[in-house]
Amino acid sequence: MALSIASREVDGVTVLELSGRITLGEGSVQLRDAIRDLTGKGQRSILLDLGDVNYIDSSGLGELVSAYTTVKNQGAALKLLKLTKKVHDLLQLTKLYTVFDIYDDEASAIASFK
Amino acid sequence: MNSTMKSVEEVETAADRLATEAGLDEDQRFHIAMAVREAAINAVLHGNEYDPGRQIEVSLENTGKDLVITIADQGRGFDPGKVPDPLAQENLLRGTGRGIFLIRSLMDEVHFRQLDPGTELTLVKHLAPVAGKK
Repeated sequence: MALSIASREVDGVTVLELSGRITLGEGSVQLRDAIRDLTGKGQRSILLDLGDVNYIDSSGLGELVSAYTTVKNQGAALKLLKLTKKVHDLLQLTKLYTVFDIYDDEASAIASFK
Repeated sequence: MNSTMKSVEEVETAADRLATEAGLDEDQRFHIAMAVREAAINAVLHGNEYDPGRQIEVSLENTGKDLVITIADQGRGFDPGKVPDPLAQENLLRGTGRGIFLIRSLMDEVHFRQLDPGTELTLVKHLAPVAGKK
């Protein structure tokens, strides 16, 4: 299954609900485009809900990092919500767990942007 | 096989099937399929650079003791010793460079062999001994 992305606003935070695979090619490109679109509109607070992301490869991990640095370089913030076990394990393995601000529940994540 | 993403998907699926038939659990199947996918991407993308004139050669085998997957490309070759450490602080925020690290982390053994031209990667996952067998 390719990646699908749904967007909604909660208290000024854009929540992107990602579902499927973030892999080389389609998934990574979709995520990049979505982030570029949001930063282009001046969105300052972005929360990526990865609860339905069942697969990510090295390219997808790289895309998450690129999204993080792109947003941060614009003085905005990107955080992660609800990691699946596979994604959690890969972020730990690659030490990216130390880079991202990660939350298990949406209310805490939204509150952290204030 | 052709140097396309379709080949990568097929190799990943074949690796998952090999691991499933060997009776491995979901985590181990995921590790093997992912490592094989990363190796196939390296062969197709970095090795053969999607060149339709270059092929990748893949073999998957259950020896009874190990799962052995070999992937060879016809690219310019590379030195695995020169791949930057993606866990180093200065490399953590790089968008690329985690493929070889993941392959090494997820498999029990990884061997590189330079071909002329190309690179061959052999990925090995040890199988737990079957009870009652020596």
